[in-house]
Amino acid sequence: MQNTESLFKNIRDDFPILKRTVRENKPLVYLDNASTTQKPNQVIDAITDYYQNHNANIHRAVYALAEEATEAYESARDKIANFINIKNRQELIFVRGTTEAINLVAYAWGRTHVKEGDIIVTTEYEHHSNIVPWQLLTQEKHAKLEYIGMDDNGELILDDLDKILATGKVKLVTFSLMSNVLGTITDAKKIIEKCKAAGVLTLIDGAQAVPHMKVDLEQLGCDFFAFSGHKMLGPTGIGVLWVRKSVLETMSPFHGGGDMIREVHKYETTWNDLPYKFEAGTPNIADVVGFGAAIDYLTKIGMDNIREHEIELTKYAIEKFSQVKGLHIYGTKDISKRGGVISFNFADVHPHDVASIIDGEGIAVRSGHHCAQVLMERLDVAATSRASFYIYNTKEEIDVLINSLNKVAKVFKL
Amino acid sequence: MSNADIYHEMIVDYSRNPINFGEIENHDVTFHDSNPLCGDSIDIDLKIDDNKVTDIKFHGKGCAICMACSSVLTEITKGKSIDDARKIEKHDVLSELGLEHLQAVRIKCALLSLKVLKSALYTYLGNHMGESDDREQLKEDASNLY
Repeated sequence: MQNTESLFKNIRDDFPILKRTVRENKPLVYLDNASTTQKPNQVIDAITDYYQNHNANIHRAVYALAEEATEAYESARDKIANFINIKNRQELIFVRGTTEAINLVAYAWGRTHVKEGDIIVTTEYEHHSNIVPWQLLTQEKHAKLEYIGMDDNGELILDDLDKILATGKVKLVTFSLMSNVLGTITDAKKIIEKCKAAGVLTLIDGAQAVPHMKVDLEQLGCDFFAFSGHKMLGPTGIGVLWVRKSVLETMSPFHGGGDMIREVHKYETTWNDLPYKFEAGTPNIADVVGFGAAIDYLTKIGMDNIREHEIELTKYAIEKFSQVKGLHIYGTKDISKRGGVISFNFADVHPHDVASIIDGEGIAVRSGHHCAQVLMERLDVAATSRASFYIYNTKEEIDVLINSLNKVAKVFKL
Repeated sequence: MSNADIYHEMIVDYSRNPINFGEIENHDVTFHDSNPLCGDSIDIDLKIDDNKVTDIKFHGKGCAICMACSSVLTEITKGKSIDDARKIEKHDVLSELGLEHLQAVRIKCALLSLKVLKSALYTYLGNHMGESDDREQLKEDASNLY
């Protein structure tokens, strides 16, 4: 492994937005990467180049531009397949993002396979996108939604899963590989092992994990996997759903329309091959191309180096945070079990007030419930502040964050 | 207005020691609402005698802006007739705290309690309507709140 410090030194030059100032001429300190990430020139240029030189609709026309556009779109699919180590590109479906991916599964798989009395299992630290689609499905089918609980350390209580699996009624267990609030890395292997033994399918929300660590789907062995481009340097509005082929073949279409059909007659239609059966309509071609460029960028740095860099930052931040009186960090302190996401509260100051005051110093952190109200209830807090890191963040930026907390302390007379 | 400037003494004091914070056991009407974006959550209880708000209390969770504005709102409302309370505008609350130029993203924090108060008043009016009163007009007034 290269010396990571030198590897990451010049990365910021690739991100034009990091050169700007905000509020009163304060350099931007962007620490809301769990929400979305900034885009390097390489991604912005790929999208511009696509529109300036190759734009056409894909999969249909025979002229040169259409061929180039199709090639650009499909080669991005191959890059992504390779990135998460899947062998069959037919299993990889482009969607708008993780939310749409999970809704697609709830609709196209759930409506066919979930019956009255069946159980879907999720966890207490899920994003709303991995809770609400399952509430909709289980309510419609008179099925049940159950939760794997979380302990005070922010880790899942897998005994809960054993108990629920023992009912013999579970159809699917769905969980995030990394919590978007606590950064906890889920012990996916163990969950999948238990589910496989019980003959139960598993869905992984990889939105927080894929951007930050090496993820190998062949090794994981789940059945569904979803993630988003915009959380890993790619454009908004593009994401991926992967489904094991044997499962995908049992699913009905999600949207009907162009590109997903083989033959359409007045009263019946036959479906196109996989994955196109699930990609109705003109897709988001330019952003798929941009997503491909983001994959190239991350591959060049190396996912293990990225994880290493974020471990360094997280260690440093936790150490600095612990020195601030009245500052409480949620989740495990065991760095090997967490990603670069730190949720915190500062004495009795509401997270919105913390975020507003430090925004004045140019710092972008998220405050609120982070689309995880079930988790907020479990932690018994209304909201938290959250700092989350990515490849371009530095220890100096963490120092700026820590110093800005002095301002909060001063305003609130802590 | 810079961000730290909105947190002047009065806001911080009100958020630390909110006025009229709590519940009214024998309230005549109560209403709850929350801000889906940030999770701020406010309940307001009203005691109403002779068409007058004789007591008002609020409780819930919110940021300093939300708590300070709720405090000020309850102070403005107490003792007012229902008709006068219905006429309270956002400016009346914001100007008390020097928040006229609050950023758009925080304005919902400041005005959540006003929304809850108005909803409580309309709920009360709806529950105590005579046959002759114009129910449709009331519904329209209520739906024009925000």
